Amino acid sequence: MKKPIVYPIIPNSVPSVKADMLREVGAGSPEDFYADIPEELRLKRPMHLPEPLLSEYALRRHVREILARNTTCEDYLNFLGAGCYQHYVPAVCDEVNSRSEFLTAYAGEPYEDHGRFQALFEYTSMMAELLEMDVVSVTMYDGFQAAATALRMAARMTGRQQALIAGTIGRDNLSKICDYCKSDIEIRLVPHDPKTGLMDLGSLRSALSERTAAVCFENPSYLGFLESQAGEIASLAHGQGAECIVSVDPLSLGIVAPPSAYGADIVCGDIQPFGMHMQFGGGHAGFIATRDEQRYVMEYPTRLFGLAPTRVPGEFGFGDVAYERTSFAVREQGKEWVGTAAALWGITAGVYMALMGPQGFVEIGEGILQRSHYAAQRLGAIPGVRAPLLQSPYFKELVVNFDGTRKTVAEINRGLLGRRIFGGKDLSREFPEMGQSALFCVTEVHTKADLDRLAEALQEVLR
Amino acid sequence: MSEDIRQARQTNGKANTRRFCQARWDEPVIFELSTPGERGILVPEVEQDLAASVGDVLGTIPETLRRQEAPHLPEMSQVHVLRHYLRLSQGNLGADLNIDVGQGTCTMKHNPKVNDQLARLPEISEVHPLQDEETVQGILEIYYRLERILQEISGLDKFTFQPGAGSQAIYANASIVRAYHASRGQADRRDEIITTIFSHPSDAACPRVAGFKVITLYPDEDGYPDLEAVKAAISERTAALMIANPEDTGIFNPRIADFVRLVHEAGGLCAYDQANANGILGITRAGDAGFDLCQFNLHKTFGTPHGSGGPAVGATGVTEALARFLPVPVVEFDGRKYHLDYDRPESIGKIRQFYGVAPVVLKAYAWVMSLGADGLREAAEIAVLNNNYLLKKVLEIPGASAPYAQGKRRIEQVRYSWQDLTEETGVTSEDIGLRVADFGAHYWTSHHPFIVPEPMTLEPTESYSKADLDEYAAILARVAEEARSDPDMVKTAPHNSTVHRVTDHRYFEDPAFWAITWRAYLRKHGRKA
Repeated sequence: MKKPIVYPIIPNSVPSVKADMLREVGAGSPEDFYADIPEELRLKRPMHLPEPLLSEYALRRHVREILARNTTCEDYLNFLGAGCYQHYVPAVCDEVNSRSEFLTAYAGEPYEDHGRFQALFEYTSMMAELLEMDVVSVTMYDGFQAAATALRMAARMTGRQQALIAGTIGRDNLSKICDYCKSDIEIRLVPHDPKTGLMDLGSLRSALSERTAAVCFENPSYLGFLESQAGEIASLAHGQGAECIVSVDPLSLGIVAPPSAYGADIVCGDIQPFGMHMQFGGGHAGFIATRDEQRYVMEYPTRLFGLAPTRVPGEFGFGDVAYERTSFAVREQGKEWVGTAAALWGITAGVYMALMGPQGFVEIGEGILQRSHYAAQRLGAIPGVRAPLLQSPYFKELVVNFDGTRKTVAEINRGLLGRRIFGGKDLSREFPEMGQSALFCVTEVHTKADLDRLAEALQEVLR
Repeated sequence: MSEDIRQARQTNGKANTRRFCQARWDEPVIFELSTPGERGILVPEVEQDLAASVGDVLGTIPETLRRQEAPHLPEMSQVHVLRHYLRLSQGNLGADLNIDVGQGTCTMKHNPKVNDQLARLPEISEVHPLQDEETVQGILEIYYRLERILQEISGLDKFTFQPGAGSQAIYANASIVRAYHASRGQADRRDEIITTIFSHPSDAACPRVAGFKVITLYPDEDGYPDLEAVKAAISERTAALMIANPEDTGIFNPRIADFVRLVHEAGGLCAYDQANANGILGITRAGDAGFDLCQFNLHKTFGTPHGSGGPAVGATGVTEALARFLPVPVVEFDGRKYHLDYDRPESIGKIRQFYGVAPVVLKAYAWVMSLGADGLREAAEIAVLNNNYLLKKVLEIPGASAPYAQGKRRIEQVRYSWQDLTEETGVTSEDIGLRVADFGAHYWTSHHPFIVPEPMTLEPTESYSKADLDEYAAILARVAEEARSDPDMVKTAPHNSTVHRVTDHRYFEDPAFWAITWRAYLRKHGRKA
């Protein structure tokens, strides 16, 4: 007979303990506990799974061997962005989100889990300062979810069923929005000027009506440019009684005005840039922000943590604000749903904002702007390359067009890969009207030498 | 005379109730720690020649889009940021620190540290999701391997790890149900979802977002989902049954195959919420019960940390017939290379950015590989043994009961009731929970509505020892005893937590009082506190 295994992560797998406990509950074997499961539903064979790696050493070795087949953005120079960004992650961010107390907690009360409530309250409070809005949700799954929920909030508030979205939105984001809003909201894209990327205000005017629940755009947009008509778009939306929704890269907010300053009603976005490693897309978390008006607050689906006095004078406690609006309280009568999302990333983003402080955000914003413009200078000087393609101000991403080189982005990126560079995201399928274009992302992690290396490599590839 | 600590500390193998005292640093809200001019981190400087070459870049931003004033964030040195968050962490009771059996339905189990270490390696943390497939073969292989494992565990054919948690997976399932009926030209006709009140609130709320009407079934007298009720609910409008099993009561629905058969006969689909699967791994499978869709919560059953509420993964599985509707992309293997398949015209599209939370997928894979088939079954059986052991201990406490399924075994959790104790003493389940915190443990009542009066939901997974369970039962027994001898002690709890009870609920319900951010607090309440 096989020697029974005592599993380090299963204390009661010790055979004698197991036998004692079975005896104590009057069971002959674990089979007794499954009496309610009909015979025909029982799996009568062992599961066919890979042989286990019982020692931690063997497990670690096995997983490392598989992961070794990945190449990282530390090995190669990376210019991919398009929603997931390589910013520097301060060591304190990793230190705090590795703490057992935060990492392994879940859904405790605001007393024994006071720390989690305060850390998330502080996260929303610091976001509120960046956004200059008084209400910010705790984390949602990602920026896509935040945008989709913002649209549903606007539809509920206005009682209308149509949303107008800037046509330059990323197609994955649009796909999420269309699925999420399918049963209630008609999604219409507003055309843009192909030269600048900016929304075509004439088209917006003719599309807007008393049926429009929201006008939604990104700033900076998915294609990197800044929507300089933001204030006019908000005014046009308001003129028809629609909500103005703006999706923002919060990392730009040290130098770029928060959307509330130009009339946005609901602001949303993703906090991955705030201290989350890229993790193959695993570092995302979304936020929604609004003014502190009851009609907005009551439409949030997420939990909202509020500060409140306790029995002890001067002490701050926390709790759920307007809990009755949630699906936890009233199931399908609640606003969409609430559940596990990405709290640890919210705590981490709080750490990031506290480390950066006001000066850090100003400096990182300006530094990125300088680097992205330098990249444009260098790439734009290469024969046949247009950088940026769109004649508008931009922040950290820019569309680079290669039509004049007679090479496809796929070919160019293969050439760059051979030179240990991840080139920009190929946009040729997503936005075919831009020809052979790629979205390049430049951040504070890039040195002048990195950008020079990119330019030189591109020149070689295009030769 | 001070008390003998052996009355509190585990002594001679006997569990007691600890003299727990949580850290109380009187830590201010972070804005109050600001000292103008301090810096927490410096950002990489731009080279001078680069700066000179681009000139005034701020001037490229139109005046109307330029931020006029730096954001009012705290200004703190690095040590103060770190110290603040470490102090907050000490006011947070992670699963690593306590006998976390009181968070029923959440499957709190040990999260092996090696898995966290692996997920922090640059080979995953510094990988961009849009890299060339050649450069991400390792992580794609992990996805593919875990998918194969879940196929065997569930008996279903194709999985996605894109949904960001159980609820988003339930939503994805509802969206797939919608796409399936639309593909048969029945989108308008099939507009009802049937669920049960002891399935998670999201089994009702998520399909509602996908446009369905929701019919909720209540249990029969024994606490089992009511077969007659489901018969009455099924019609040509039925799009799907979306149901947890075991339910949040820890009761397995023995007629589940009949439910599935009836819904299928009426043309509907069946989605199995497997959030409570921890006790049935290797015992019974969604596919064998006839289900078309299911979801597992990797952050619950598959041993990945809960992260204070995510990030997480709701692994969503479907039959071959529904695979074409899964969100894009799915991971495929051609025998040589792994690749991401976007060419799926009937897909519901995107549910979440990129491919879900890759580090959670990795940790879940490592967790399964540390156990194998025998180990998974051992985990399930011990979780159920632990639950039935704790059930016996709790029922020995006067005032506690376990409604429904009298005399029967439960699977991995039990929804108890303190109704008798409340009637006797006026102490509620919520009061008990806050007093349990004084002994260094969590406690959760239950999801609303409270069908079981004064509920308490305990789920002792395989991670806890007999002594752990004895200690948790001892805490409950002591609090129940206090409810009789010193009810004020319980009603004013917690006493040993970082902070005390909030009593003024206007701060949570009245718009003039609530303060969801610090700036709102200052605006409404000034600095008077």
